[in-house]
Amino acid sequence: MKAIYLNVAWKDATSLLSQIDTEFSTINKFTQQNLPACKPVLTPAWVILTFLLIGTIFIPIGLVSLHASRSVVEIVDRYDIDCVPEQFKSNKLGYIKDSSYPKNCSRTLKGIRWLKDLFSCFLVMLSLRFSAVKILPTDAVQIKKETLEGTLGFQLLLHGNFTAPLGAKALWLVAIEPIAWFLGFVMVNRYMKAPIYIYYQLDNYYQNHRRYVKSRSDQQLLHGLGSNKTSLCKPEQSNNGLPIVPCGLVAWSLFNDTYKFIRGKSELNVNRKNIAWKSDRDHKFGKHVYPFNFQSGTLIGGGKLNSSVPLSDQEDLIVWMRTAALPSFRKLYGRIEENLHANDVIVVNLMNNYNTYSFGGKKKLVLSTSSWLGGKNDFPGFAYIFVGSYCIVIAIVFMLLHVKYSRNTHVGYN
Amino acid sequence: MCRGIPEPKLTAIDAMIDKLTGAIFVFQIVVVIVLGIAGNVWKDTEARKQWYVKYPEEGPWFELLIIPLRFELLCSIMIPISIKVSLDLVKSLYAKFIDWDNEMIDQETGTPSHATNTAISEDLGQVEYILTDKTGTLTENKMIFRRCCINGVFYGNDSGDALKDVELHNAVSSGSPDVIHFLTVMAICNTVIPIKTKTGDIFYKAQSQDEDALVRAAARLHMVFVNKNANILEIKFNASTIQYEVLETLEFTSDRKRMSVVVKDCQNEEILLLTKGADEAILPFACPGQQTRAYFEAVEQYSQLGLRTLCLAWRQLKGDEYKEWSLLFKEANSTLVDREWRIAEVCQRLEHDLEILGVTAIEDRLQDGVPETIETLRKAGINFWMLTGDKQNTAIQIALSCNFISPEPKGQLLLIDGKTEDEVRQSLERVLLTMRITTSEPKDVAFAVDGWALEIALKYYRKAFTELAILSRTAICCRVTPSQKAQLVELLKSCDYRTLAIGDGGNDVRMIQQADIGVGISGREGLQAARAADYSIGKFRFLKRLILVHGRYSYNRTAFLSQYSFYKSLLICFIQIFFSFISGVSGTSLFNSLSLMAYNVFYTSIPVLVSALDKDLSEETVMQHPQILFYCQAGRLLNPSTFAGWFGRSLFHAIVVFVISIHAYAYEKSEMEEVSMVALSGCIWLQAFVVTLETNSLTILQCIAIWGNLASFYFINWIFSALPSSGMYTIMFRLCRQPSYWTTVFLIVAAGMGPILALKYFRYTYRPSKINILQQAERLGGPILSLGSIEPQPRPILEKEVSPLSITQPKNRNPVYEPLLSDSPNTRRSFGSGAPFDFFQTQSRLSSSYSRNKDN
Repeated sequence: MKAIYLNVAWKDATSLLSQIDTEFSTINKFTQQNLPACKPVLTPAWVILTFLLIGTIFIPIGLVSLHASRSVVEIVDRYDIDCVPEQFKSNKLGYIKDSSYPKNCSRTLKGIRWLKDLFSCFLVMLSLRFSAVKILPTDAVQIKKETLEGTLGFQLLLHGNFTAPLGAKALWLVAIEPIAWFLGFVMVNRYMKAPIYIYYQLDNYYQNHRRYVKSRSDQQLLHGLGSNKTSLCKPEQSNNGLPIVPCGLVAWSLFNDTYKFIRGKSELNVNRKNIAWKSDRDHKFGKHVYPFNFQSGTLIGGGKLNSSVPLSDQEDLIVWMRTAALPSFRKLYGRIEENLHANDVIVVNLMNNYNTYSFGGKKKLVLSTSSWLGGKNDFPGFAYIFVGSYCIVIAIVFMLLHVKYSRNTHVGYN
Repeated sequence: MCRGIPEPKLTAIDAMIDKLTGAIFVFQIVVVIVLGIAGNVWKDTEARKQWYVKYPEEGPWFELLIIPLRFELLCSIMIPISIKVSLDLVKSLYAKFIDWDNEMIDQETGTPSHATNTAISEDLGQVEYILTDKTGTLTENKMIFRRCCINGVFYGNDSGDALKDVELHNAVSSGSPDVIHFLTVMAICNTVIPIKTKTGDIFYKAQSQDEDALVRAAARLHMVFVNKNANILEIKFNASTIQYEVLETLEFTSDRKRMSVVVKDCQNEEILLLTKGADEAILPFACPGQQTRAYFEAVEQYSQLGLRTLCLAWRQLKGDEYKEWSLLFKEANSTLVDREWRIAEVCQRLEHDLEILGVTAIEDRLQDGVPETIETLRKAGINFWMLTGDKQNTAIQIALSCNFISPEPKGQLLLIDGKTEDEVRQSLERVLLTMRITTSEPKDVAFAVDGWALEIALKYYRKAFTELAILSRTAICCRVTPSQKAQLVELLKSCDYRTLAIGDGGNDVRMIQQADIGVGISGREGLQAARAADYSIGKFRFLKRLILVHGRYSYNRTAFLSQYSFYKSLLICFIQIFFSFISGVSGTSLFNSLSLMAYNVFYTSIPVLVSALDKDLSEETVMQHPQILFYCQAGRLLNPSTFAGWFGRSLFHAIVVFVISIHAYAYEKSEMEEVSMVALSGCIWLQAFVVTLETNSLTILQCIAIWGNLASFYFINWIFSALPSSGMYTIMFRLCRQPSYWTTVFLIVAAGMGPILALKYFRYTYRPSKINILQQAERLGGPILSLGSIEPQPRPILEKEVSPLSITQPKNRNPVYEPLLSDSPNTRRSFGSGAPFDFFQTQSRLSSSYSRNKDN
């Protein structure tokens, strides 16, 4: 009997449900799994067009980003080896650890670092020598020459004397000029326009090591001694019973090389304000937290801090404490807010304090302008061009396949 | 009917997922050990030189374990925990879809289908054997009295309905004594209870549908069973009322196959024995003088028509004889030991020298759509066994009428019978031999076995019978008991077949519980079976929809969902592993814990949950091409090979995301939180595209879930970026303002999805699976004919294959689709069982020959 009642109840329920369903047909369609659906089919036209479209969008984007990257002028100078005096070359560690030795070092910046750049600049220069300077002194080429010479470090190459027979000159004109134009477009840098960013680059430095990256107390950075949660900071947490402010390995290993830039006879102004994120200064590092006992223990790590300046103004520390995800990274040191010209020779007086010798790390000084995509990085541009071209290749392959097998698509390879 | 506690059922797909989880676990352990060792080596060689890491000079020995343990934590997300929750959610949705399905509501009773067990919907799509009850399952169990033979006269042969036969009505009204006796037996030899309603109608409550039919028929012939008051029965014949007192009821048992009542006519004090039962239980006990030939013929004729026959008989008892017997019967009833046997023996003493009155024939009509359902499901490669308590002839007739077996010459039915071990063995061997030979012929071979022979076969010749079971696609087992039904299910399960048992009565409960999937028909025999079953449906024909639509979709969806869950977990885990190589193998996590958690339980779970709405083919297409179920049966959408594909995809995507992120965000941009968010964004974008690409039908819900999820990813991260206390304060705002962030993300998407799309398109167009072909045909309106047009390959020589195979060899189906080796899969079910269509198994050597499609 119960079963019968149950059935009746069900009947009622279902009839009710169907009533409701007719009113809310979408619910009905859902319960009946009959929602209108878009059923995409991978038709040849659709797929080939997609790939072509991606290809045609990506290659220009790639060219644009490559251009942006190439428009950035960048001077990289590795100084960690050269700045060790000759007598300490075999004992760099001893040199850097002993504070009694003078650490100052003077560098003259040169622009070109890589072989491929050297090669292409060589071509450009040759073509200029023949075509622009001697044969076709047009305005356009003049400008180009200027921009080329604007790149620091071309001086030497340009001053070399080059003579050749006329036929060869004509050949250069025909063969090299287009290449030179192209390379000039991609390669040749303008003089460096302000602001010029000064970075220090550390290679083989593992700021992302688990032990290191965890060893900090964000609470303490913001609230100072008010926060006692310094257990994360091991092994650099306390000194004489008081927590170190700021505690932890990250702060302790603060980078402390310094740079001074001299152009000609005067020193260049380096703006070292606003190098850290504003959000960090305002919300992550306390305005009333002073590093009163920083680096005062027995073991001294990296740089020291002025104990009368609150952490929110210690921008070097703030920059340093934004840990890098890669073992090779650059951090902002400051900005030069003047343009650097082609003939400018920059002398850098630096203090080589930071120890990278124990683990074979490299220290580099980088001067770089910036573009809308950031600093000099060819990777996105090349990757875009690569992806775009493989899309086009795939589209072409599929087109050929389609033409070949269009008669029996359905049966395929039976 | 001891139901017992059924074991929890585990679907084949769950078992596969468990296996894959195990494999991933082993992989995880290997990764952890390798990275742990590498980490310790790096620590000792490099990290000690790095003063800023400040490793203590000497630590306790267990320091060696710290790095491996860190990696274990880092890799623990490799096994997606969310898969269990997601699967449970979608499984209950599958079950709800079954409950909701309007097309599976029985219109007559308004009974909807119901999934009691919400966990095994995928198994429905992988069914290989269906064991079905006959009465009430294939038939309506709505018994209608159709014909009868009284004293050698056939009634109802012309019209097909005895109740409309004028001659019978004439005979009744003329008061022919044979007919009156016949009707009396029909009316009172039963355990029916009449209930008078207020309006004066009489409503019968019967345990057995047959008795109900007989009583109703008698009433139509003016012999109305009016009332039952304690032991007094009241019968109205025409105008007169006759009363009988029931002295004893000799109940029906399946061994005796008959029941009797002893009644006393209240008017003339005559004591009568009224008996009805199966022919073989009645006719041999006829009184010596009587000619039973006509009745044998009647029984034969009726069962040829698929009617259920009952013989009716009576005998006048002398007063003394009854009294003596009555004492014995009481004694037997009160025995404690072997009571049933004793009662049967005592009953035997009374039930002899019977005067046969006639034979009734009751029709039990086939349910609507049964033949079509069976045909469709057999095309789908499912084998059918019929297990019934009915007699062999009736069972065979029903089997013929519902396409279960084909009539000669297309089909061949082999009988296994015998009463002794030897006879059964000989019979079994003969049948086996025939089977082996005929597997080569395009012929439907089925075997029929009765309960007795089955008992012997299962007991002594289990091995041979198993071989037979594997060889034969169709079997009819008659006169089987409930426990034998369960044993047969057990037998098929032991051969590693997925079985579905369907039945409606209490005697099917054990079979239903034993089978991988139990389906109960909520029919006239009560709800016992439906309650014990995993699924209850109103009519047999819904089975088609249950398996082909719900089962198949469930399997496909779960196959995608589970592999996708592994894919996304592996993706993020591979990135972490790659990152550990540039972070000094120290076990640093690139992603913060919040992102990791949200990634698994939120960002990637929501979009994939809506894949529970995906439909690769429309229902109509599946119904038209049931062969496509083969992909599910052979487990071709989820197996180590497809899983390897997803594994490779996650590795590829991890490389793409990682390489692009760290190169695009190198040098001055390589801030930890930013790189982490760029990589995470890459993963989220990729997975949105992967789900979109793998979805066959995009409904509005799926679009919302996939792209809404992407939007919510940004929304959530903006919220976190707005909280000064969170670690990623301002990060997301900064990133979204940078053009390089967007160029990086699009680069990741294009680089990651391009090859996937190209590969998918290539397979879809030039190496299409049958599903793809149907999809194309369905969506582009192209010819579907190409499906069937694939020519079967020439048949190989037969002897070669049959002899070396042994019974113990497990079935060997290759779930891995190897399109490059041959178009047709190398699936070879042992002995060609279940190789119904050339279409899929052109190279399946044994089976190619055994094609059913061609015949139909």
